[in-house]
Amino acid sequence: MKSKMASLVGATLMVALTLTACGSGSGSGNASSAGSESTSPTGSYDPNATIEIGSLYEPQNLDNTGGGGQGVTEAFNGNVYEGLFRLGDDGKVENLLAKDYKVSPDGLTYTFTLRDGVTFHSGDPLTSADVKYSIEKVLAKDSQSARKSSFAGVKSITTPDDSTVTVKLATKSISFVYNLSYVWIINDQAKNLTTSEDGTGPYKLGTWKRGSSLSLDLFAGYWGTPPTNKGVVFHYFTEATALNNALLTNAVDIVTSEQSPDALAQFSGNEDYKVNNGHSTTKLLLAFNDRVKPFDNALVRKAVTSAIDNRKLLTSIWGDYGTLIGSMVPPTDPWYEDLTTVNPYDVELAKKQLSEAGYANGFGFTLDTPNYDPHPTAATFIKSELAKVGITVTINVITADEWYTKVFKDHDFAATLQEHVNDRDVVWYGNPDFYWGYDNPEVTKLVNQAEQSDTTDEQAALLKKANQQIAADAASDWLYLYPQIVVASSSLSGYPLNGLNSQFYAYTIKKS
Amino acid sequence: MAVYLLRRVVFLVVSLFLASVLLFLLLRLLPGDPANSLLSIGATPEQLAAARHQVGSDLPLPEQFVSWLGRLMTLDLGTSFVSTLPVGPEIASRLAVTVPLTLLSFLLAVVVALPVGFVAAYRSGTWYGSLLGGLSQLGIAVPAFWVGMLLITVFSLRLRVLPAGGFPRDDWADPADALTSLALPVVTIALVMSASLIRYVRSATLDVLGSDYLRTFRALGSSFTGAMWRHGLRNAAVPVVSILGIELATTFLGAVVVESVFALPGLGSMLIKGIAQHDYPVIQGVLFVSTLGVLVIGFLADLAQRIMDSRLRGTVSGNAR
Repeated sequence: MKSKMASLVGATLMVALTLTACGSGSGSGNASSAGSESTSPTGSYDPNATIEIGSLYEPQNLDNTGGGGQGVTEAFNGNVYEGLFRLGDDGKVENLLAKDYKVSPDGLTYTFTLRDGVTFHSGDPLTSADVKYSIEKVLAKDSQSARKSSFAGVKSITTPDDSTVTVKLATKSISFVYNLSYVWIINDQAKNLTTSEDGTGPYKLGTWKRGSSLSLDLFAGYWGTPPTNKGVVFHYFTEATALNNALLTNAVDIVTSEQSPDALAQFSGNEDYKVNNGHSTTKLLLAFNDRVKPFDNALVRKAVTSAIDNRKLLTSIWGDYGTLIGSMVPPTDPWYEDLTTVNPYDVELAKKQLSEAGYANGFGFTLDTPNYDPHPTAATFIKSELAKVGITVTINVITADEWYTKVFKDHDFAATLQEHVNDRDVVWYGNPDFYWGYDNPEVTKLVNQAEQSDTTDEQAALLKKANQQIAADAASDWLYLYPQIVVASSSLSGYPLNGLNSQFYAYTIKKS
Repeated sequence: MAVYLLRRVVFLVVSLFLASVLLFLLLRLLPGDPANSLLSIGATPEQLAAARHQVGSDLPLPEQFVSWLGRLMTLDLGTSFVSTLPVGPEIASRLAVTVPLTLLSFLLAVVVALPVGFVAAYRSGTWYGSLLGGLSQLGIAVPAFWVGMLLITVFSLRLRVLPAGGFPRDDWADPADALTSLALPVVTIALVMSASLIRYVRSATLDVLGSDYLRTFRALGSSFTGAMWRHGLRNAAVPVVSILGIELATTFLGAVVVESVFALPGLGSMLIKGIAQHDYPVIQGVLFVSTLGVLVIGFLADLAQRIMDSRLRGTVSGNAR
């Protein structure tokens, strides 16, 4: 009896540790995309309805500068906290807490005027000191904000009066205003932001029951247009099946992002539900280590890209959903163009390029593959595709955690699979130190020039050129762009379709 | 008895200590850095250093160990790397789901298994006796998550009589609501568990039915019911109680899977989340509490056996049988 109990204790530990060894994160960073909100089918709706939202992304904590993850962006961005600017679901940047702003002729000084009559949930009025505090919080030493590096050029922030903020930059940055749309304006008196909040948004935090749900209640003192519902509750699930069951049993009204393609059939054929096919900005990449042989040779990278039938891969995983992109830029970025023909699927071409590059008999490499979907599936597919041109792939399955250390930090890999979720992230190809080691001085120059542009048109033109170059060099193989699928009850309208960077504005959702 | 209790308490404390040491060391043998779960692609080296400092993975291993042990001594399970909140209170709130789930499943399983197991043994020669035995065999082979999904399909998606998952936001404020949420998970665990319990009850009863003392009693004129009541059941209960202890502990652990199928905010889903995020304090805290639970259940089962069986009571060491 006792020995059995002891072995049971041992087994507990072993099971847990085995789970730990196999455990993985759900990827990293934020998802994103652009588009428009779903249109309202009818004018009538129930203003007293509470919207029940189902999601797989529970916040880790409530502070997005403390590694809160994509869940806190989804629930809080725009709903609880607001920025000086708002990034619409269509990807356009609009004024929000900033009434207006001016840029000095040299492009180095930004002067923002704040909107009047804005108060925080605690009742404190919004002042320039709060804005300064909020930006500095992102820049702070212990900040885990994913946006930190985009503000590296901020030299000083001053507050001439209560409604004016002046930011001086070390170098010109055309993306500065866009980047500010990700910075939450937080009351500088706020305490304990990991479990509570003090924002200016239309909702305030109701209750957060960890592991289960988070509710947002109306904020009576909101400065802007009040929400078209009485509040929202995010219900969190760890399993896509459980989430879909909740939608099927009306326990939730809407699913922010459907991650289980197989489950779509039960909703798409049912008039009680609407399956929305939006644009995401999540790209699945076969990233080569461009520093090491044989991937330091662009011809080899092009050959590998041409040998893989991306269309077939996308269809087998997502059916009719999702898009082929042929480069790092999704259709919702301002510098998008269709580059899918630069390295077409063409096995003969691939063979020719391989022999030109001196690998007529092929070669072998190890593919570091994150252990969560869809990477293992994609890896197996790539392995069989490349076998056709004599390339032998060894699949090495690793956890998200190992990926971060081995691939991202130590650059110890030949090729890897990874999803890159943010919008406007083609600029990483201008950084030769980034994990994939793509180093083309021309591209680096273009990316830097683009950031120094005087106009957004100029910026777009330069980044288009950069994007064409990375596609021509096959810097990576951009396998496909994920769809952004929002499934909702037919009684719902006004919800965001594209969920840029995981944001999910809930205040325009109507329930009839 | 006092000496026995003392010995058991010492055994419990020593086991807990060893388990926690083992847990700490094995977690640290795994590849990777817990700081990584705080970072996104594109993090700067400076952010990486800050994250490592935040979770303490920049400290030497012995230092980390001493600090974990020090906190444990004061019953402090530490703070989560990821949420920066204390682990203890969160575990307590999760236990409000896991403990009722485990106990209700266990009770239901026992209530089903005892009579069914007895009938399966007493009527082993009949067709329904064999059927019960066969069904229990089948039940053992079926995984809990599959049963859970089947029940959801039937009772939630088709009949729409019970929720497919989740737990009330106000916990037990409305007990009827909470019990409704637990209904399917409880049945899931109980079904799987009673299957194996039936096997034990059946074989323990068969042993007793074939025993010499029962035959002797009946030969002395006692009715079957009387003999069974006075001696048979009691003798059959001893091995069953020992199995019950193990089964209860297994239920507790098995709740991990079922909680995930039914989206219940219990200890199991906390563990899975903690593992995904490499959140050592959460993993350690949950496993520490689970280990404690398993050990306490074992202790209670042992005690119950001893109270029922005078032969065990006589031994001082608690090891002899």
